[in-house]
Amino acid sequence: MSINRRKAMLVLLVLAVSFLLCILIAGVLNTDAAMKTDFTRKNQPPSLRYPFGTDWMGRDMFARTIAGLSMSIRIGLLTATISALIAFALGSAAAVMGKTVDIFIGWLIDLVMGIPHILLLMLISFACGKGFRGIVIGILCTHWMSLARVIRGEVLQLKQSGYVQVAAKLGTGRLRIVTRHMLPHLVPQFMVGLILLFPHAILHEASITFLGFGLSPEQPAIGVILSESIRYLLTGSWWLAVFPGISLSLIVILFDYIGGMARKLLDPASAHE
Amino acid sequence: MNKLMVYMFKNFIRMLLLLLFVSITAFILVSLSPIDPLQANISQTALGSLSQEQIDKLEMYWGVNEAPIERYLAWVRAFLHGDMGTSLLYRQSVASVIMQKLSNSLMLMVFAWIISGGIGFFLGILSGMNRGKIIDKLIKGYALLTASAPTFWLALLFLLVFSVWLGLFPIGLSVPIGMDAASVSLSDRLQHAILPAVTLSITGISNIVLHTREKMIDVLESEYVLFAVARGEKRWEIFRHHGLRNILLPAITLQFASISEIFGGSILVEQVFSYPGLGQAVVTAGLGGDIPLLLGITVISAAIVFAGNFIADILYGIVDPRIRKGARS
Amino acid sequence: MDRIPILDIQNLSVSFSQYVDMFRKNDLQVIKDLNLKLFEGEVVAVVGASGSGKSLLAHAILGILPYNASFSGRMSYCGEPLTQMRIEQLRGKEIVLVPQSVSYLDPLMKVGFQIRKSVNDKRSKEKMLQTLNRYGLGEEVEKLYPFELSGGMARRVLISTAVMDSPRLVIADEPTPGIHIDAAKQVLGHFRKIADDGAAVLIITHDLELAIEAADRVVVFYAGMTLEEAQASDFSDESKLSHPYTRALWRAMPQNGFRAIESIKEADL
Repeated sequence: MSINRRKAMLVLLVLAVSFLLCILIAGVLNTDAAMKTDFTRKNQPPSLRYPFGTDWMGRDMFARTIAGLSMSIRIGLLTATISALIAFALGSAAAVMGKTVDIFIGWLIDLVMGIPHILLLMLISFACGKGFRGIVIGILCTHWMSLARVIRGEVLQLKQSGYVQVAAKLGTGRLRIVTRHMLPHLVPQFMVGLILLFPHAILHEASITFLGFGLSPEQPAIGVILSESIRYLLTGSWWLAVFPGISLSLIVILFDYIGGMARKLLDPASAHE
Repeated sequence: MNKLMVYMFKNFIRMLLLLLFVSITAFILVSLSPIDPLQANISQTALGSLSQEQIDKLEMYWGVNEAPIERYLAWVRAFLHGDMGTSLLYRQSVASVIMQKLSNSLMLMVFAWIISGGIGFFLGILSGMNRGKIIDKLIKGYALLTASAPTFWLALLFLLVFSVWLGLFPIGLSVPIGMDAASVSLSDRLQHAILPAVTLSITGISNIVLHTREKMIDVLESEYVLFAVARGEKRWEIFRHHGLRNILLPAITLQFASISEIFGGSILVEQVFSYPGLGQAVVTAGLGGDIPLLLGITVISAAIVFAGNFIADILYGIVDPRIRKGARS
Repeated sequence: MDRIPILDIQNLSVSFSQYVDMFRKNDLQVIKDLNLKLFEGEVVAVVGASGSGKSLLAHAILGILPYNASFSGRMSYCGEPLTQMRIEQLRGKEIVLVPQSVSYLDPLMKVGFQIRKSVNDKRSKEKMLQTLNRYGLGEEVEKLYPFELSGGMARRVLISTAVMDSPRLVIADEPTPGIHIDAAKQVLGHFRKIADDGAAVLIITHDLELAIEAADRVVVFYAGMTLEEAQASDFSDESKLSHPYTRALWRAMPQNGFRAIESIKEADL
């Protein structure tokens, strides 16, 4: 067993996923610390005790950031998974349910892409009366398109591939063709697409919350933290904006990285390396 | 030439239909809102400052008794006559608010569009041509980094570094919201625009770089480039003869598709810098339940995005011989 | 023979490294110990089944193997070792490739430009028109894009790209894919003519029948190994063929009874 690139990748993959899981769990367990105000420790710059400093209400920014990231990851998990399922359903429907459905879904994609994402998220959030529900529905409605296109292309290609046609001619049942011949090709694509949805979902959640359309100000979300920080930047509390932002970017990079690695591991074309 | 005209005509009709669907979608979304526009605004903004005529006009627009379809048709009819309604928050016609804000935003967006497109295209090609080398890793690293950082956070960092710490630019917050654009001098406006425009450009570059790089690599891995190598063409010749030519089509699509992203980015950037543009106006409208303005901006922004796509399609048709000569559409 | 061969290949092996499953990496040898000599005025056909790595032979000679492939063995050109540096000087000038399909042409560039390698001087233009004329293509072909070419035109355009520089070695990768036998013979006739003009021609093909018809010598290639090297005339008599696979191939040809090829196992080779 020599160490080749793929084995090294697997180790990194496991590390990255466990790191994200740790943040997720830490955030859930630690909500109280994130909300606790203590006016004896207001506006403290980063120190060993409070690595990310404290805010004007004496809240521990490290705990708040972790809680915010955990919230981001949870919303990411929920929305990316459902978006990917929507993409899978619509993409394969476009490929197998005939021309009318295909054209309809094509129009739907163009329609959603025609409104700038942030604006559409704002509209949907507005329609839902803002808050958690608005964000989730908004992200679900705006993140399925590119994966749906990929799935559609893949299914079309599979439908025309020699072995599926032969299997059909040999009288193999439809269900069996789907489960034995098509799903094994689609699942890796689906998984990679799902993971790569995370970064977008997380960034959009933070953005829309930042604008005031997302999670409510009482919740320790990264968007809320950063939005509040603007007022205190002028008084010199730079740490309120810097660390939460870096942390969120780090999470996004990690997801991107995991997606990239998963793609390399699952993609047959990368076998020739 | 005839085939090209048919192709353009088809795309134009498609664009108009899509715009119609966008307006319907937007209308449905704002109608679904549990926030009753009139009630919300009457309680939020000072009721007394609205004249009776304005209230009457609003009620005519958003008449609770009318069916949504009728309301929509009335809205469309007025819209087609150039009447987009009256903004509840700005107390002006939506059209004039949009004109004013859009002219501010266009300055930012056009600048960012050109800079991010130009630099992104160049860096993407450089990166793709030097795949795996240090310069590629640097460019790719930069692009991934800026793509991973939230736009508004980068804007915050810029504000912190350049305005608060270095004092080079005014802090956006000092500009009163809703300030009359005409009363601001040009140099003042430029000074306020520089930082947002640069931020918007920087965040726009990453996407263009990554996509151009990918397309460049696709071109370099193509069979026709392999054949060019086999015919003794050198790197630079290959780029000049085949690379540039084949990267141009995806670049057109990319550049025009980025309009939507720049538009989205401008909403966030304007919010951070308190820049009095369309993005800030739409946030204000959304938060304040200013439905006529929200609808107006949505339709206008979609129109800009679709117009961009349409121009891209036309350029594509002119550049790509396969479309020009009708081999595919 | 004491003539110096134009191309001399000794013990050429080409292998790929790739992952055989999720985490195991392996080297896959696609060409094993290939030996081949090509002389001036000669047409030699390398015949192998589809997917047997024939194209890689052309790519190895031209120094354009993909980055995950490697080769060993010796190649020399007119008596001199054919190093990567040497081939980079020669390819496109003395050593040319005739690719297998129109997808090797830039889809957005007019055919004329591609035939003359984007050179735009008067001499190249004249030479190009001569070449087009030689293969029975009209001047208007110059202005066409690759997607506008018919199959037969594309074939002749691809050959035209090769003869612009009076090459000494022409490597044709699958020049007659699925085209009608008469058209194929005509294409091969073009290569015969190029050889008669003083070049050596290496045809890589899956079609034994055409190879015998067009080539002076035929090398049969199976699962990466050279099974048989024979004069084309030897194929008129089964007894002159030494390997059972070649004999089976021979018997499968229409005029020899059209008997099916029995499956050949790796162990028989």
